[in-house]
Amino acid sequence: MKAETVLQVTGLQTWFFTRRGTVKAVNGVDFVLKRGECLCLVGESGCGKSVTALSILRLFDSPPGRIVGGEVIYRGANLATCPMPYLRKIRGGDIAMVFQNAQSSLNPVFTIGDQITEQVRVHERVSRPEALTRARKLMEEMNIPQPDRALKMYPHQMSGGMKQRAMIAMSLSCSPEILIADEPTTAVDVTIRAQIIHILQELKTGRDMSIIFITHDLSLVREIGDRAAVVYGGRVVEVAPVEDILKSPAHPYTVGLIDCLPDVSAQNKRLSSIPGNTPNPMEMPPGCPFHPRCSKVMDICRSMMPVAVNITDVHSVSCHLFVDMAEGRPR
Amino acid sequence: MIGSVMLEVNNLKKYYRVTSGLISRSSGEIRAVDGVSLTVNRGEVLGLVGESGCGKSTLGKTILRLEEPTAGEIRFNGIDVVRLNRRDLRELRGKMQIVFQDPDSSLDPRMTVGGSIGEALAVHGISDPAEQEDRVARLMEKVGLEAGFGERYPHEFSGGQKQRIGIARALAMDPQLIIADEPVSALDVSVQAQILNLMMDIRDRDGLAYIFVSHDLSVVRYLSDRVAVMYLGRIVELADKQEFFRNPLHPYTEALLSAIASLRPDGKKRILLTGDVPSPLNPPPGCRFHTRCHRVMPVCSQIEPELDQISPGHFVSCHLYA
Repeated sequence: MKAETVLQVTGLQTWFFTRRGTVKAVNGVDFVLKRGECLCLVGESGCGKSVTALSILRLFDSPPGRIVGGEVIYRGANLATCPMPYLRKIRGGDIAMVFQNAQSSLNPVFTIGDQITEQVRVHERVSRPEALTRARKLMEEMNIPQPDRALKMYPHQMSGGMKQRAMIAMSLSCSPEILIADEPTTAVDVTIRAQIIHILQELKTGRDMSIIFITHDLSLVREIGDRAAVVYGGRVVEVAPVEDILKSPAHPYTVGLIDCLPDVSAQNKRLSSIPGNTPNPMEMPPGCPFHPRCSKVMDICRSMMPVAVNITDVHSVSCHLFVDMAEGRPR
Repeated sequence: MIGSVMLEVNNLKKYYRVTSGLISRSSGEIRAVDGVSLTVNRGEVLGLVGESGCGKSTLGKTILRLEEPTAGEIRFNGIDVVRLNRRDLRELRGKMQIVFQDPDSSLDPRMTVGGSIGEALAVHGISDPAEQEDRVARLMEKVGLEAGFGERYPHEFSGGQKQRIGIARALAMDPQLIIADEPVSALDVSVQAQILNLMMDIRDRDGLAYIFVSHDLSVVRYLSDRVAVMYLGRIVELADKQEFFRNPLHPYTEALLSAIASLRPDGKKRILLTGDVPSPLNPPPGCRFHTRCHRVMPVCSQIEPELDQISPGHFVSCHLYA
């Protein structure tokens, strides 16, 4: 059964025009999001995964940032160019976002209850008590103990894990179709992380919600993802179902990323590592952005950007190594 | 190769007094480290795991006396570290070093990195400029940096390179023990592997020991010989690595391991702990973990369990095994 596409991102380019030069943070990102699936955007710091997420709702600072190309198609409209009032209705209503740092995304001078009811009443015509009842229900769903008391709390009175759950409750208050979660578990401890992952899994199955989950942690991808898109140098370099990515990664970067995880390598053996560092988005190398670090680099990689090719009907990769394979010629 | 006992910590405590109000009335104390005993053998890597606020970093700093212990005993090669005067302590610190999590805040931004490493040498009496320069160059090579980079400033380096510099500085006086406090947590995965490899190479070559403080169990499993788990200032389980990951006994360890798919013992389900870690200002009576434990018994809220050895080398502090 093929699920319907709820969001389609094509050729997205978000650049930041700074005094020191143009930062091509997102430089041609493509992916589709299906109903009820969790798509993980995986990559290291500076690869453009967070800016991709922010670009969907145009939440980055502008200036200096600007979407200079590409489309974000949601319900037939292009969110990259649509008028602001329309986008504002989508934000928080149909597409909601949870950030890494709950502390800085919550307003310190309002109670959690106030902040959730405000969000509800911006999007829907409901009375304050009605909105509060909904907030309480959501807090319960998030396994927050004593929800009535929690609604009256200010953010600083809550622990990190509670704040993150309150954030998720808030993002769900208008029953969004898509939830974008940007490293929601990076700032919390392992046991709290398990709680949040559990909540997100329930949401996916219980509400048939689509989730874009942004992370640098491949072990989390295994836990929560249905499909994964690996991001490097502002582009998606490989997309496939999570099992395929982990078992038979194709792109040399994905292979390297998986190999350098200590839990995959054999015990007490040297870890394999990727030489060098992630590229500076201000000075992106020509051709394939990964070529200076790639162990299988060829001449063509230095001058030409590879295009995405399908190596199975669900697995696509942007690498010159696979171009011939897609055309049906053996190498 | 793992040898005889080098570091011995007995019933170590570090309390912080909490004051409130204008006249600094004492309103309680945070028991960051509350009665920890452990040993580290020559050439051994002891992984120290726990969630934020469990006291693992404080324990590391207290062992070096970067924090003065409230009570307890620290013996390094038989020397009583707690009683050392300032001069002897300085000499000892050449042999016991620390690498911090954030290389940005542990390097002076206005000093060249060669200067930062050289300062460690100067403190320990190597002040001849030529000798200093020579040793700095050798240290930088040891951690995989070009010797010529010594003239540069920290901001010119990437995070992984800065962490290499931090390691070079710690190695300045040929230490026998390095306390590594989350040395790879701030680094990207691909760079993390480079640093872990470097640390293991150094250990294999120089035979030094590490106390590796981390919240990341897969990293700890990769490089530790033994693993200790801390919860609210106390060690709740300590065992050889194989035993620890194959046969975790404490319910808290079980939950920690089950939270990560690749570490979950076969056939085990994920254990979801409810609630958060209680405040160390006011830890629960009895076993500190009983408020979140999925196997709690009536006795747990009454009596605090001791850290008992229940099979050779496997220590657990839990009433289930008493």
